[in-house]
Amino acid sequence: MGSVLNGQTLVRDSDAELIDRLRTGDEAAFAGMIDTYSAPLLRLALAFVQSPSIAEEVVQETWMAVVTGIGRFEGRSSVKTWLFKILTNIAKTRAQRERRTIPFSEFEVGNTDEPAVDPGRFLPATHPQWPNHWAAPLQPWSIGPEGTALDRETLEVLRSALQNLPRAQQLVVALRDVHGWPAAEVCAALDLSEANQRVLLHRGRSRLRGVLEHYFAEAPTLPSPASEGGKVCNAQSISDTTQRSR
Amino acid sequence: MTDEITTEMACKELVEVITDYLEGTLPERDRVRFDAHILTCEPCREYVEEMRATLRLTGRLTVESISASKREGLLRAFRRMKASST
Repeated sequence: MGSVLNGQTLVRDSDAELIDRLRTGDEAAFAGMIDTYSAPLLRLALAFVQSPSIAEEVVQETWMAVVTGIGRFEGRSSVKTWLFKILTNIAKTRAQRERRTIPFSEFEVGNTDEPAVDPGRFLPATHPQWPNHWAAPLQPWSIGPEGTALDRETLEVLRSALQNLPRAQQLVVALRDVHGWPAAEVCAALDLSEANQRVLLHRGRSRLRGVLEHYFAEAPTLPSPASEGGKVCNAQSISDTTQRSR
Repeated sequence: MTDEITTEMACKELVEVITDYLEGTLPERDRVRFDAHILTCEPCREYVEEMRATLRLTGRLTVESISASKREGLLRAFRRMKASST
């Protein structure tokens, strides 16, 4: 990826080009920007305001600020970070009007210890042979093939689990794993240190895994195990190469 | 590789460092301990696969965006802005 070092400022070529196009009134560039960023902006807005309709208004106001303020973009940060700053300011003002507590303290990771897995699942540290090892084996998951009712149900369970994460975890997991942003961009947009971003990501992902584990244990089984069509793939068979490429 | 004698990683530790492992930020020494552990620990291999499956499923969640009418309104505003500045 090409970048130019501009004094102290690292500007991405693609960002610089995008801004140029916006300044010259290139509507396709603006439309592309709206389509790329509205979803993550909406996600961030919901960290401040309660109702989805108000969040949508906040996003709309953000875009209006971009339309009128494009001349003021100085390229000191990425376009993404710039957008998030604008949105954050608008959302905070809106949240104050709604008398909703601004959740920024929630972005602080805090010292509370939150184990990824219930400590009761492990043998005690004093166990003579297997200290701190799993007390019982893990049950492989029966993930339904894509597009099946079972698969849709799994995604629904996951979606609601994500919605129920503490706000900071939800935001970090959503930006990283749903929207596919790299860690550095999430840190910049949310003003988080890399270490804190990782802690939030870890806690959030661990909780989601826990919810899915519970769901698969309760679990829906596929209709006919004998038929080829109802092929079950357990988590084990998802190869190491399933690193997402988005 | 290091000759340093390393203590074996316990499952309870593995579940806490897995994100660092997947992010590629786990220090070399711990990465070696992690890899050595999952070589022999079936439940932890399952755990790693479950975590990968969780990421894969999360990546498939659809995202909500702004309504088409709001999008259209913004594009109109952009056109007006362009017209007034030229």
